[in-house]
Amino acid sequence: MKILVPISKVPDTTSKIAFTDNNSKFSTDNVQFIMNPTDEWYALTKAIELKEQQGGEVVVINVGLAENEQIIRKALAIGADSAVRVDFDAADAYQVAEEIASYAKTGGFDLIITGKETIDFNSFQVGGMVAEFLDWNAVSLASVLTVEGNKANVTRDIEGGTETVEITLPAVVGATKDLAQARIPNMKGIMSARTKPLTVVVPTSSGALTKVASFELPSKAKECKYVQADNVGELVRLLHEEAKVI
Amino acid sequence: MSVLAFAEVAEGKIKKASFEAAYYAAKTAELAGTEAVAVVLGAASNEELASLGAYGITKVYHANDARFANFDSKAYAKAVSEAANSFGASIVVLSFNPSGKLLAPRVAVRLKAGYIAGAGELPIIEGTKLTAGKNVYSGKAKAYLETSTDKKVLAVSPNSLSPVKGSGTASVEAFSPAVSDADFGTVVKSVDKLTGSVPLTEADLVVSAGRGLKGPENWGMIEELAKEMGAATACSRAVSDVDWRPHHEHVGQTGFTVKPNLYIAVGISGAIQHLAGVNQSKVIVVINTDPEAPFFKAADYGIVGDAFEVVPKLIEEYKKFKAA
Ligand SMILES: Cc1cc2nc3c(=O)[nH]c(=O)nc-3n(C[C@H](O)[C@H](O)[C@H](O)COP(=O)(O)OP(=O)(O)OC[C@H]3O[C@@H](n4cnc5c(N)ncnc54)[C@H](O)[C@@H]3O)c2cc1C
Repeated sequence: MKILVPISKVPDTTSKIAFTDNNSKFSTDNVQFIMNPTDEWYALTKAIELKEQQGGEVVVINVGLAENEQIIRKALAIGADSAVRVDFDAADAYQVAEEIASYAKTGGFDLIITGKETIDFNSFQVGGMVAEFLDWNAVSLASVLTVEGNKANVTRDIEGGTETVEITLPAVVGATKDLAQARIPNMKGIMSARTKPLTVVVPTSSGALTKVASFELPSKAKECKYVQADNVGELVRLLHEEAKVI
Repeated sequence: MSVLAFAEVAEGKIKKASFEAAYYAAKTAELAGTEAVAVVLGAASNEELASLGAYGITKVYHANDARFANFDSKAYAKAVSEAANSFGASIVVLSFNPSGKLLAPRVAVRLKAGYIAGAGELPIIEGTKLTAGKNVYSGKAKAYLETSTDKKVLAVSPNSLSPVKGSGTASVEAFSPAVSDADFGTVVKSVDKLTGSVPLTEADLVVSAGRGLKGPENWGMIEELAKEMGAATACSRAVSDVDWRPHHEHVGQTGFTVKPNLYIAVGISGAIQHLAGVNQSKVIVVINTDPEAPFFKAADYGIVGDAFEVVPKLIEEYKKFKAA
């Protein structure tokens, strides 16, 4: 089985968010970048688990500039067999998806496993777009995935529960928590990552369809109104009369 | 030109999140000086379909085709895109709910439309340009995204608007999208719904607790408070990681994102990754023994106190309030 895992680079979860150029650009000052958590913990490790069970190959793909090779090497250290970097600073998710899909078309892949949303734009776009570019089946928010022949059984989150579906491969599956057990790269993995193939390909995508007009930080920190622990009735009154939420 | 809402049905009923998408579509249509129509896939009564009119939809295109009984992103994307093309929609609105999150990007690719995912407010329309605000960096900032493509797709983050129900009814017209059996590649094997409790991501009120509760045996009072209030229960990751609570209750950056009217956090420190999943709640109440707990910075109301004393009192006071 041949599996493609798109990985993206995002600011670390504890990063302080700031903007420059009149609030039009994300400020990278003092920001540490990491692999998007759900890409790493669930999508990539699930692909590696499947390969370990059934044989095959795991390829990671990143659309981005050379500086992204740090997270690509990490993915190789965790256990991907090879990597592809599309040398392109994409302006929106549409372009990223178009690049991934056009690479996927060349590769004979059975499965593409993506993370959930990225923790920067929280937009949840790439998996669905790739599926549509390829005209493949897709399931997102998957917490269980098993593959048998050309069928996959996937348990996905729905409102207030889960649903288990069977889909025919090739398909795109979007991960959510618990899809796989996260792994930390070991020394052997880190060593071998240095020599695993990383291919750089040239971009082919058309123009972006959306752009960021501006960013905005919350105007100011909330003012917390304190209620005494022995006066809980006051909280109920405030929630009813002032906040009007009960 | 029109604005098209996708309204999803489950067991013949239009989902709450889809009424919100319909309302969003109707308001967007007002801004654009046009009308809002809706597309519904799968069985639903005429009465149910017409009820979309109460949220401003004038006409519902209904594909009453049994193959649409279950969500299939590929077939649904074809049908919704065809509706957009056939009925002259320039803007398609969906909910950013579990199925919308997968369907909307597919529709956007089919229509080669600029897509704004998780919009939290109504758009600004200036000529062919549409701009909408959405939360980014897990709620730490907001971005205004703009698109000027011929067709546009917007997915509205659930619980962003407070839809106002009017008295209108929508007319219903049959619609037969050109989907073939081969477009359906998803077969539902089983559904596992949590019964007897309010689904977390749809809840208006959420009661959540963390490691401050000391052990799973102490959750009785949290469940009781939630039950009294008709709230859903949630927890921090620290708690679900050690299996004190089930994983489907875990909220935060790596768990569910919730956006209720009221989020009550008991014995949760308020780590940045936890806040990322809850900071869009309208009102946050924090109950914590530590006055320095970071959660108080994100709170609207706070009680510095011991959960084991405060929560039982809160249950009592809430009961009094309800009885009054
Ligand atoms: C990459 C990454 C992703 C993460 N994702 C998430 C996520 O999605 N969701 C999430 O929740 N966490 C997440 N975390 C973990 C997060 O950083 C915190 O560790 C976690 O939220 C802490 O949970 P807690 O508040 O329940 O526990 P603690 O931090 O231990 O806090 C317990 C709190 O209870 C209070 N307390 C103690 N006794 C009482 C009492 N008797 N009455 C009242 N209050 C009391 C204490 O003062 C303290 O504030 C993530 C971490 C990382 C690194």
